[in-house]
Amino acid sequence: MINQINQRASQVSAQLISNKRVGAYHHMSFAVGDLAAQALPGNFVAIAVGGEGSSMVLRRAFAIYRSTEKCAEGGLIELIVAPHGQGSRWLTSLPPHSVVDMVAPLGTHFGIPTEPVRALLVGGGYGSAPLFGLAELLKSRGCRVDMVLGASTANKIYAPLEGKRAVSSLTITTDDGSTGIQGQITDVLPSLIEENEIEIVYSCGPMGMLEAITRVSERYGILHQAAVEESMACGIGVCMTCVIPVRDDAGVPRMLRSCIDGPVMDGSKVVWDSKRKIPEGTFGA
Amino acid sequence: MSFDFSTTLGNAALPNPILTASGCAGSGKELSQFFPLTDLGAIVTKSIMIKARSGRATPRMAETPSGMLNSIGLQGPGVDQFLQNDIPWLAEQGARTIVSIAGETVEDYAVLARRMRNLPGVVALEVNISCPNVENRGMVFSCHPETARAAIEAVRRNIGGELPIIAKLSPDVTDIVSIAREVADAGADGVALINTLLGMVIDTNLMLPKLAQKTGGLSGPAIRPVAVRAVYQVHAALPKLPILGMGGIANGRDAFEFILAGARAVSVGTATFGNPTAAISIKNELEAILTEKGFSSVEEAVGYAHREVTS
Repeated sequence: MINQINQRASQVSAQLISNKRVGAYHHMSFAVGDLAAQALPGNFVAIAVGGEGSSMVLRRAFAIYRSTEKCAEGGLIELIVAPHGQGSRWLTSLPPHSVVDMVAPLGTHFGIPTEPVRALLVGGGYGSAPLFGLAELLKSRGCRVDMVLGASTANKIYAPLEGKRAVSSLTITTDDGSTGIQGQITDVLPSLIEENEIEIVYSCGPMGMLEAITRVSERYGILHQAAVEESMACGIGVCMTCVIPVRDDAGVPRMLRSCIDGPVMDGSKVVWDSKRKIPEGTFGA
Repeated sequence: MSFDFSTTLGNAALPNPILTASGCAGSGKELSQFFPLTDLGAIVTKSIMIKARSGRATPRMAETPSGMLNSIGLQGPGVDQFLQNDIPWLAEQGARTIVSIAGETVEDYAVLARRMRNLPGVVALEVNISCPNVENRGMVFSCHPETARAAIEAVRRNIGGELPIIAKLSPDVTDIVSIAREVADAGADGVALINTLLGMVIDTNLMLPKLAQKTGGLSGPAIRPVAVRAVYQVHAALPKLPILGMGGIANGRDAFEFILAGARAVSVGTATFGNPTAAISIKNELEAILTEKGFSSVEEAVGYAHREVTS
């Protein structure tokens, strides 16, 4: 019996190489050595926060923005961190050369088609982070890549210059209209799918947005790979807190761990809007 | 003289006193990427029930100062799948396994005990009669002497053979010693102290309880003094009853504290969520501390804090 769980993961002392503020976020690069070569778009890292004797006992999970195998510092893993909680504020306040305890890479990754397809990448807020590495990979496989990013306001759109190179078009929406089109991502999805003859949607962002994208992609009968966001305590599959209901092949919802069976999941199989309730017919309910 | 790191829980012989805590080590597979499971004294499985269980709705978790609340609700595949998948895999790794069982009725405990006979690699049974995440608080068997006794008697009558029975108790009682005495009389070979404490966090933005099921079990260093007190009290009253201690153990010093209070072995739970190799670090640190303090074995240090001191 071969164990498949966490099989590419290791625990490393990762040195912070740079920490730059970008809009509402921090772009943080960590030297992780050979581990960088193991990371694929969609994977995440889990970092211990607060330092020795910290009262924050749980790890924090962050999607990998980019991983680079060979650079001056050896392998690098880059993250986009929103300092919105005590743990992420601690992390984003670290000066360069600080060392953090990191477990990576974790979770499922975005599936890459074997043949060139027309792909639409959809990101909400800092959920755009893992999509740029994915765009590069898809483009290198001959895919056409379009991207749409949405957020409440301009400084919450993360769209670095270097990230845009791999995309044929970039559409931006903000709730307040401070940049791009005023409105929500779902307002522009149908026209983007139709005009670009999209065959697959990749997404990352808040659960409500992923649910809305699932409805649109189902209407067009196209695949939707969604990177879900559920709060985690461990990131490695032992705590059972980050579960979401996902239908198995027989259509029965099962409470799956978003750290091990996700974060990238088939959007059409996720039972969305399941906060605070167990869907009827769930396995073991 | 060489240091003897081995210990026992009833007739279960363990090479060292560091175990995982039930519900904090998945199926074992999740952690085996980070260290060989044989490095620990034993792997304590999540609590197994007769039927598959979805567990509770999310949110299931809230971080608290030096701790966390969880309300998993015993999510699991049920005993059939567990015996088919998890037990053979753990045995194949060479891990010593302590199976945790949980029931909704006394009869459930009897049925589960019968299923636990003659399993490969299984060295003891932990009987979870104290999970706080159940629909009916009246169903927490270990909160009442009569129900605690009934559940343990059902296991004792049905287990057969020599497998030690360890009753896991709740700290949410007025007098934990009386419950420990009751389960020992009913045939438990030892007690596991302590399960989580029932707690609540209210989300002040939503102005609602943060967990979907409102309450959850508090774990982590925040509860350690409560756990140490429980171990100390039970060891003082029942010095021969083996104790598996747990509650917020995060380093070797913490593990040593439980052994001084009277635990013969300790389980590492929440610390593993923060660090997949926590149990291994704790084991190494504990060995160094025991040696440095001049103990030649774990046995010598068990309950050492109870000794008479003359000033």
